[in-house]
Parts: sequence; structure tokens; C-alpha cells
Amino acid sequence: MTGIAAPDRRPAGPGTAPRALVAAAGAALLVLPLLLTGGLGQYALHVLIQIFVWAFIGQAWSLMGRFGLVSLGHGAFLGLGAYTDALLWNFFGLTPWLGAAAAVALTGVFAAVVAYPCSRFRVVGHYFALVTLAVGEVVRLLIIAERDWTGGSLGLTLRPARTDGLVALQFADKRVFYYGALALWAGGLWVWRRLDRSMARAAMEAIGEDETAAASVGIHVTRFKIGVTVLSATLTALGGVAYAQYITYVNPETLAGIGVSLRIVFAVVLGGMYALLGPTVGTALTIALSESLRIAFGLRFIGMAETIYGLLLVLFIIFLPAGIYGGLARLLARRPAAVAPAVQG
Amino acid sequence: MIDPIFLVEAAVNGVLLGGILALLALGLNLIFGVIDIVWIVYVDLVMVCMYAIYFAHVHGWPFWLAALGAVGLGALLGIAVHVLVISPILGSPPINQLLATGGLLFFIQSFATFLWTTDHRSVRFALPTFEVGGIFLPATRLIPFGISILAMLALYLFLTRTFAGTAIRAVAQDREAMALMGANPRRVYVTTSAVGGLMAGLAGALLVFQYSVHPFFGGQFGPLTFMICVLGGLGNMVGAFVASFIMSEIISIAGVLWSTEMGYVIAFVVFIVVMFIRPGGILARPE
Repeated sequence: MTGIAAPDRRPAGPGTAPRALVAAAGAALLVLPLLLTGGLGQYALHVLIQIFVWAFIGQAWSLMGRFGLVSLGHGAFLGLGAYTDALLWNFFGLTPWLGAAAAVALTGVFAAVVAYPCSRFRVVGHYFALVTLAVGEVVRLLIIAERDWTGGSLGLTLRPARTDGLVALQFADKRVFYYGALALWAGGLWVWRRLDRSMARAAMEAIGEDETAAASVGIHVTRFKIGVTVLSATLTALGGVAYAQYITYVNPETLAGIGVSLRIVFAVVLGGMYALLGPTVGTALTIALSESLRIAFGLRFIGMAETIYGLLLVLFIIFLPAGIYGGLARLLARRPAAVAPAVQG
Repeated sequence: MIDPIFLVEAAVNGVLLGGILALLALGLNLIFGVIDIVWIVYVDLVMVCMYAIYFAHVHGWPFWLAALGAVGLGALLGIAVHVLVISPILGSPPINQLLATGGLLFFIQSFATFLWTTDHRSVRFALPTFEVGGIFLPATRLIPFGISILAMLALYLFLTRTFAGTAIRAVAQDREAMALMGANPRRVYVTTSAVGGLMAGLAGALLVFQYSVHPFFGGQFGPLTFMICVLGGLGNMVGAFVASFIMSEIISIAGVLWSTEMGYVIAFVVFIVVMFIRPGGILARPE
């Protein structure tokens, strides 16, 4: 069981794109907020921040997903991260920097505790998906059950700081969040590239294809699986912290449980989980779609955006299992000279 | 300390809930066992059938006719899901199939929100409540339980006594061998999906007695239902039956002792732990 589609062995995306193109794209992203002014600009910034944060979370998910560890419970890590940060700030006034560190540490331990038995007892394929789904639900229900201090299903608002600033990580200016989210997203890409070029990638690919065979050539299956799960979970928790700091409100339905877990997976599948920019493209598309449908229909057609989104997902999985970006990248790679010399680099 | 009578009542309620859960789980597990796909969307099909009953009821249909209609609708939905979504991706990795039905879940939930808003709607029945030794037994729970047990018996007879049922069991045992014997797995798949959908319709008709329907109804029973299937063992009908009662008892009793959420938390943790010790399900022999 290898996942969505046979993994593309060649690294795709900017990995092979010319450096000039990457530099130009990077510069454009850095300058962008200076051009976005006024009410509409604020709205565009808001959408972009959401895209970067959720794309980062999608990238974190794909670190596991593309090696056949399809988790339907990343909401657990997201929620754990966001709530640890929010609760430490609200009750102890702990700066989100330390809150994030605590969130990462806690989620890392939690992920290891889940991952160890999963790999030890060989819970793979849809069993793994269902176990992680149960884990996600457990975290969501625990947040609701502990309503005395988590606010239950009503959620929790982050206590506003006396002054804006780096200590509280609260800013009135959206541009600060924009650069923060951009940095986070770029960091996610960097982790992806590092993993792609490491021995771990080769090991994980071998494990994803055949665990017994991988073990027989001396790959420490359990260690690699736990490692990649902990990495993916801690990055997801970091994404949760970023989301909580930006929105300043956390809710178990939007940050834990099956709903958000599936949402993460779908955005990634839509974009393509094997390509570096796949999760980003998928996230950007889903957010753009729901935002534009929301603007087009307003409050009149509640649910229409999601309906179209769900329909698209089914069609994609049937007709373009490698995702939009993944499928496109593959198509271009097939006819490199004629269509896209740039992709070849 | 909690009065023991409450615990007894919780245990009895657990049994009654277990009957309904078992019906849900058996329908899903039948599909699971034969086609080897988890229909994440299963309980959302139940939700659609519940809406059908509600609207038929509002339009003055007698309840039995509405329920019958829902059962038929369920079967049609089952066939539609298989033909439109599953059969094009039968050869894909299992995870894709799982995600495709997940996409369908989004679609149905949102479309239901769009069509019928998020209002909770319920069919009210004027049915008596019995009291036995200080325990209250509402007919709205007893009747669905009884029908559910009868339906499971009927499913059992269908699977063991009819030709189609035998073919379904044969495919569940060994897909390749069945094709070699000249049987047509495609037809068996469609039949299975229809029977699975029919059970969803019936479950909808029984759930309407106790629960109001809303677009996110699936979230209430969905995760629980597929965990029961896995807990009982993929495609293992007896296992799913037993697992339903274990889960419903945990939820009922822990719900009385602590809180509803904690009941579910404990049930899910039990599921996770059992997955580690006995991945083949509770009735599988340990390796």
C-alpha cells in the first residue's frame, strides 16, 4: 500500500526549478503586503495568512502521508498545540514562545506514545487511518469534557495582551502575521527538502512499500516511523499555535476531531502530496474556492461552497489521484522539451 | 455514590443502544467485508434516509410507509455510491477509496445543510413508557431494538440461506477464487451495496424514534460505527455484533458515572488499545 498514487521518484517543484525563479517568487511574496493596502488589502492579507498557515499544516501532514502513513487524526496534534499555547497564556501568562515550545514538546511525546504501538504492532493502512481517527476524536472529546478550563465546545478566546508585541505575539497589524506565516511556510518547505534529501526518505519509502523487506535489509522500521510521526505531529502543533495566535480564538470543532483532520487531508490530496508545492496549491485552492463562493453567495446559500468542494474532492480522487499540482507536474515532466522547459531546469 | 439502580438502568439502556449500533455496524461491515472499503459516508446515508422519513411524515404519510420508502431509498443510495464512486476506483490503493467516500461525506453533509439548514428536526411519537422494577423503558427504545434484532436475524438468514447471500459470503472469503469459479464479483458488489444501503435505510427509520436529524448527524454515530466494525474484525459479523454491545455498554455506563464525552473517550481508548493487542478484532485468535 503506497498511498494516493505511485510516488514520483524525482523531486518535483522548485527543487528542480531555476534559482532565479525561486528568488523572484520569494521577492514577490516579501513585497506583496506593501502593495496590499486599504480594506480589500487587509482582506487579501487575511486570506494569504490562512493559506500559509494551513499549507504549512498540510505539508506537515504529507511528511507522513506520502510514505503510506495516512493519518486521519492530525486534528489531535493541531488541537493539542493550539490549546496548550492558549491555556498557558490565559492562565499563567506564559509567553507564546515558551507556550509553543511546551506545545511542541507535549505533542511530540503524545505522538511518540501513539506511534510506538502503531509501528510495534504493525497497525498500517486503513487500520492506521482509523486508529488515528479515534485519537483525533479522543482529543476533541477531552477538550469538550474538560469544559471548566477549556471552555468546552464554546471555545476559548486568548486573553488580549496589554500591549502589542513580540512577547505576547499579538499584533494589530496583519502584516506582521503575514511575514510570520510566510516564514513558517518557508520553514515547512525547508524541512520537506531536508527530509527529501536524507537517508530517512529512502528508508521511509522502502518501509511504505514493504515493511518486512525493509526490515530485512537493516532498516530500523520502528525508529523511522516514530521519527517521521513525531516530526509531522510537532510541526502540526506549531501550525496550531500559529493559528491560535492569529485568530486569538480556539474551538474544539475547528481545531480537533474528524472534521479538521479530513480537511487537512483533502487539501493535500487535492494539491498532491508527493510534490513539494502540492499541499500549498491544494490549500490555496480550497481556501480560494470557499472564500469566493462565500463572497458570491453570501449567507444565502450556506453549505453550497462545501458541497462543491466535496464534489470536487470525489472527482479528483477518481480522475486525478496525484492531485492538481502533482498531476500537472507529472504531465509536464512527460513532455518536458515541448511544454515546460522551466520545470526541467 | 451513585444509586445502583442508575447503573442497572444505564446497562439496560446500553443494551438497547447496542441493538441499533449493531444494525449500523452490520450494514457497514457487510460492505467492509465484501468490497474491503470503509464507507466513511455510511452514517450520512442513514441521515439522508432520516430526512426522507421526516419529510414524508410532515406530508402526512403513515409512518410504516415512510419507513418502507426510506429502506428503498437506502438501497438506491447504496447502489449509487457503489456505481458512481467506488467502482471507478476499485483498483486504487485502499486509502484513496477511503478518502473518496470521505469526500462524499463532505458533499452530503454540506448539501444537506444547503437544502435543509442546520435545524434539528424530529418526528414525535406518542408512545408509552413502561416501568419495570424502577427502571423506565420507553417504547421509543424498545420498538427499534426489537425490529433491529429481527432485521439482523433476517440478514443472517439471507446470508446463509439464499444463493445471493452465499455468493456474498464466498466473495468475502476469497475474491480471486470467486472470479476463477466463474462468479461475477461485480454483481455481488452491487448486491452487497444495495443490502448495505437497505440496512442504512432501516437504521434511519429506527433512529428517528429517538434522535432528531440534522446535517451533522453522521458525526454522532459515524466514527463509533466504523470503530465497532474494526473492533469486531473486518467483515466478521458476529464480532461486530458483540463489539456493538461492548461499546454501547461502555458509553452508557461511563456516561452515567462521568459524562457523555468521557463515555465516548473511554470507548475510543478501548478501541485504540484493542487495535494494538488484537488487530484482527476481539474474536480473532491471538497470533
